[in-house]
Amino acid sequence: MDIATQSIDGGFADPVFNAQTVFRAVMDAMARPGSVQPLAAFARPPAPLSATAGAIALSLCDHDTPLWLDPALQAPAAAKSWLGFHAGAPLANTPADAHFALIANPAEMAALDGFSQGTQDYPDRSTTLILQVSDLTSGNPLLLEGPGIETTATIAPAQMPRHFVEQWKQNSQRFPRGVDIILAARDGIACLPRTTRIKTMEA
Amino acid sequence: MTDIATYNFAYLDEQTKRMIRRAILKGIAIPGYQVPFASREMPMPYGWGTGGVQVTASIIGPDDVLKVIDQGADDTTNAVSIRAFFKKVANVAVTTDTATATIIQTRHRIPEHPLSAGQVLVYQVPIPEPLRFLEPRETETRKMHALEEYGLMHVKLYEDIARHGRIATTYAYPVKVEGRYVMDPSPTPKFDNPKMHRSPALQLFGAGREKRIYAVPPFTDVVSLDFEDHPFEVQTFDQPCALCAAENVYLDEVILDDHGGHMFVCSDTDHCEKRRNAPTSPLWGGRAEGAGGGLDQSTSHSIPTPALRADPPHKGEGKEAQ
Repeated sequence: MDIATQSIDGGFADPVFNAQTVFRAVMDAMARPGSVQPLAAFARPPAPLSATAGAIALSLCDHDTPLWLDPALQAPAAAKSWLGFHAGAPLANTPADAHFALIANPAEMAALDGFSQGTQDYPDRSTTLILQVSDLTSGNPLLLEGPGIETTATIAPAQMPRHFVEQWKQNSQRFPRGVDIILAARDGIACLPRTTRIKTMEA
Repeated sequence: MTDIATYNFAYLDEQTKRMIRRAILKGIAIPGYQVPFASREMPMPYGWGTGGVQVTASIIGPDDVLKVIDQGADDTTNAVSIRAFFKKVANVAVTTDTATATIIQTRHRIPEHPLSAGQVLVYQVPIPEPLRFLEPRETETRKMHALEEYGLMHVKLYEDIARHGRIATTYAYPVKVEGRYVMDPSPTPKFDNPKMHRSPALQLFGAGREKRIYAVPPFTDVVSLDFEDHPFEVQTFDQPCALCAAENVYLDEVILDDHGGHMFVCSDTDHCEKRRNAPTSPLWGGRAEGAGGGLDQSTSHSIPTPALRADPPHKGEGKEAQ
């Protein structure tokens, strides 16, 4: 398939209702950190962009939201032009300029504090990171607590960034500034808003 | 309804919905922080719930069941017209039953029936900034939130005590969310403040004229501000609901005539109707006979007539003045 076809094919079949379904899954996941919200594959983006991450990008991004792509997504032209055609989001030059960042390879990603943290006056002006992970069960288990969690919750996303627990602790200390993370697995999503604390698991 | 092309689903265009959805996600991530958003003109005036309507329009889907309340009532103008609006532009199911609704839009009460996980409560907010009447400049209140400088709010509550001997704020009673942001719970009676604390439902707040959205995720600490020697307390009523005899609910005073006749009834109409229609209720007409309950069974009505006055108005009363 040539690149022009790849970049035009595979958007939402039903833009209004697909976007609403994806957003509600993200909203529920953000409101209940650690819970996994199932999500069918509504979009078929070109590799290495995953169906889930692509659908989240289509439901939240548009010409108002500079988008940063990690090197794995920067390299092939197909993913870039697919996002350009369907979402119309401009590409951010640096992570600090981005409203959203799409990360296809979280294990190799740049440090969390390189992204926009918002300001003390406007903590909402921060980057929301969309991390593509293969699943939410096979990685190191993270014990979560904080708003949205009744007692504790556990998820175990695979391929998380290096020193993630330590980086996340620093992210929490910056509150109300900080980044929020959407984890996009193959058949579901989970979120880590900046208020969520990772408790150190006892060995 | 005809199938001619009308508005986009739920009235708003998709770009507007995305913008509002992004603001909602930030609001959830920073509980109690007011996220600015580009509020749109809606087909109703500011002050009629344009903020709540925009939030509802951005989250609602075809499978949702919507309930709208104005104070506690499902049947007053604002509630009826907003419910009709969404029935028309989103073709969604609507209900008055708190338990079956997935989205409840409110100004400003929280239903008496406990909310459950998965439900979303959308508040219509007139003035989202709790510090606005103490400090009119947005630049200053923004700094105060940034620096967590809330002394002024405590001074205001203290002045209440100095003047009235108690905290006289009865609605829009300021709360602190998750130990960080002081938030206006919208002009909800302070009776409902405790229901916000660690509620299993997601609470979203939309202020259309002031262009702010904020949120309280489920299971989040919402603490009403107070003093050690003047702890926060809710309103109490010395009589039950005159229609359904419910206690520990929020009551509205209803004026009955020009002679001072009045009664106190549940503000939550759905709650009140359910209680009166429940077969187990001693007030239920069909079973009242012989079912105990100790109420007057000679009347054909299921609703007991409350004793309105000790001395009913006599003929010609009130005409002397003319």
